[in-house]
Amino acid sequence: MNLDFSPEDNAFREEARAFIADNYPKALREKQARGETLGKEDYLSWHRILAKKGWSAPSWPKEFGGTDWTPTQKYIWSEEQARADTIGILPFGVAMLAPVLYTFGTQEQKEKFLPDIRDGKIWWCQGYSEPGAGSDLASLKTRAERITGDDGKEYYLVNGQKTWTTLGQHADWGFFLVRTDPNSKPQSGISFLLIDMKTPGIEVRRITTLEGGHEVNDVFLDNVKVPVENRVFHENQGWTCAKALLAHERSGIAGVARSKRGLERVREMASTELSDAGGALIADPFFKRKVAELEIDLTALEFTELRTLAGESSGKGPGPESSILKIKGTEIQQRLQELALEAAGHYGAPFLGEGGHNSGVGPLHAIDTAGDYFNGRKTSIYGGSNEIQRNIIAKMVLGL
Amino acid sequence: MDFSFTEEQSMLRDTIASYLADNYSFDQRRAALKTEAGWRPQVWKAFADELGILGASFSEAQGGLGGGTTDNMVIMEELGKALVVEPYLPTVVIGGGFLKHGKPAAADDLIGKIISGDAIFAFAHAEPQGRYTWSDLKTTAKKDGAGYVINGHKAVVIGAPYATHLIVTARTGGGQREAQGVSVFIVPKAAKGVTTRDYPTVDGFRASEVYFENVAVGADAIVGPEGQALPLVEQVIDEAIAATCAEACGVLRQLHEGTVEYARQRKQFGQPISSFQVLQHRMVDMFIQLEQSISMTYMADIKLSEPAVERAKGVSGAKVQIGKACKFVGQNAIQIHGGMGMTDEMAIGHYFKRATMIEGAFGSTDHHLARYETLSLGKAA
Repeated sequence: MNLDFSPEDNAFREEARAFIADNYPKALREKQARGETLGKEDYLSWHRILAKKGWSAPSWPKEFGGTDWTPTQKYIWSEEQARADTIGILPFGVAMLAPVLYTFGTQEQKEKFLPDIRDGKIWWCQGYSEPGAGSDLASLKTRAERITGDDGKEYYLVNGQKTWTTLGQHADWGFFLVRTDPNSKPQSGISFLLIDMKTPGIEVRRITTLEGGHEVNDVFLDNVKVPVENRVFHENQGWTCAKALLAHERSGIAGVARSKRGLERVREMASTELSDAGGALIADPFFKRKVAELEIDLTALEFTELRTLAGESSGKGPGPESSILKIKGTEIQQRLQELALEAAGHYGAPFLGEGGHNSGVGPLHAIDTAGDYFNGRKTSIYGGSNEIQRNIIAKMVLGL
Repeated sequence: MDFSFTEEQSMLRDTIASYLADNYSFDQRRAALKTEAGWRPQVWKAFADELGILGASFSEAQGGLGGGTTDNMVIMEELGKALVVEPYLPTVVIGGGFLKHGKPAAADDLIGKIISGDAIFAFAHAEPQGRYTWSDLKTTAKKDGAGYVINGHKAVVIGAPYATHLIVTARTGGGQREAQGVSVFIVPKAAKGVTTRDYPTVDGFRASEVYFENVAVGADAIVGPEGQALPLVEQVIDEAIAATCAEACGVLRQLHEGTVEYARQRKQFGQPISSFQVLQHRMVDMFIQLEQSISMTYMADIKLSEPAVERAKGVSGAKVQIGKACKFVGQNAIQIHGGMGMTDEMAIGHYFKRATMIEGAFGSTDHHLARYETLSLGKAA
């Protein structure tokens, strides 16, 4: 049992670090520093740079454009990205849909979609939750009926409403769970459809979140015609795809490397902020203890994730244990946001408006700490709420 | 022993509640916050004229109704329930507090103007470097003939954009963090040399960075003893904290009730989510936090009239309880609402934001825990 890095690993770290330093877009870095809302091209710019290098989809099988990296190299790569404060590659295409496609898709679907996902050419969004189907996702009602079009081709006619569609305002395509058999048990009448967001009958409507941002949307589908060949896997067996996707969604959700960087940022912030006693806040016994406790919890999560990764590399897919990563990962992210807001003191209060432009009120590091904290409450709700994750562990792991 | 409210206080509560029910719905508030001014002077006018609540906590001799801190508590809880942004706390509780206890020559005149709704105060005490140590002041007031000249920068002054007067803590002597040398001044916001940078806060208030550049005030601008006003500042801040605790009780009540109601009607897995035991227990724990907070708020109110050490201990103890409750109840209200709790369109998130800001108001939970420790257990050797 060891955590040693081989000379090859160390060489890889050097390469990764140098690549980021040489290629990360300067304009993007500046926007991030000012706390500005990033646009579609901002997100895709880094994705495309990585795609050119062949690093945009490290976890995929080699044949579709994956990197064949060892778990250690993947770990190093996520550390280096976090260390350099790069934005992440959006998960919807690369991390969520792609594994479903290369596992369950037809040859044509793989050829049609995987290269564009890998290269950051298409923006994907997720159509899972509905107003009445959140934690109880299988109760979803969006209906898809088979029809024959005027052109003689087979279509699904889709009607319903999806919600919490993250960054759907930018999406070119979406993957949707729809009900194709209303008469069977909830899980067995669902199909998995790929829908072009430009299809007539789709309306994406903004939901403003409590901190004031535009991140999520309602998606209304009114007689949307979807070619039958855009269904992935068998009709009425979309739940199999949905479950596989959710497990992948959860395994990336721990965010260990990002949280390590977040902790470092809190420490930096607390070294310049002053405590009541007049010294650095990081020397305040109360604050210091909270940072130490968080660091220990994060270490525990890191080693739990490493154990999971080691298991995956020996052939086990992400199992129900990934729920542990989701629960602890999101709790730690939220505690980091709490600490940052606390460290900001009085300057946690100013609201700097949409776009988050640096208005020069208070120190730069305090900007939007409250917004981040408010927005961060979503993490224990999305991707299967933390209560649902505990149910999964109770049932699937403990057998209760 | 008696925890009941007087008939006058109960009537006061009902009057405000019914006014706010008619005039301060979530939508009315939201519309007001979006305007350039960010508040509604007509609501303030109604507080003064129609409801007459601005005089509730002042003596009859000063033109008030003869109440005191308990009346402030009753009012603040109702204001908390409706997330009122109009400046009752800085004007009546803080401004009124300095005028009552500091007794400057202009006290009666200014109290009259507070009661009539014509004087609105903001409390310019915090500084960028100072965190919650109220004696940590870089702002200076130098003697100049009979008066003073003030220079400095005050941070996140809540309500400053709509204030007519600023209450300013400044150093007339002593070192940056010393208790000696702290003085308090009342400065008209329109005074020459006062500039502000205004902005909204995350919980819907308006605030300013306030800059003083050679602001000349007369000798009569001082409140309390020159250079010896820290005890006065602490007393008024303790009263403000007790009032904020009462406001928090109103906020917590809404967070709890709103969550229970939502859990009853929200169905998942074929049943209301309120039927899940794990959520029932969570809502019970929220309820316990609320009840403990109400208890500590009453306690703090009672201790306000006791000697400084007892008063401070009671208030800090209450603020610790309130801070913890705001975090626990607020976070779980959002969690139980699920995605809906994350939306700007539902009131619950707005209560959560106010609760979060109350956690840090006039000192964080850790600050008050440390203050309590020192007062109760003595300074560590």
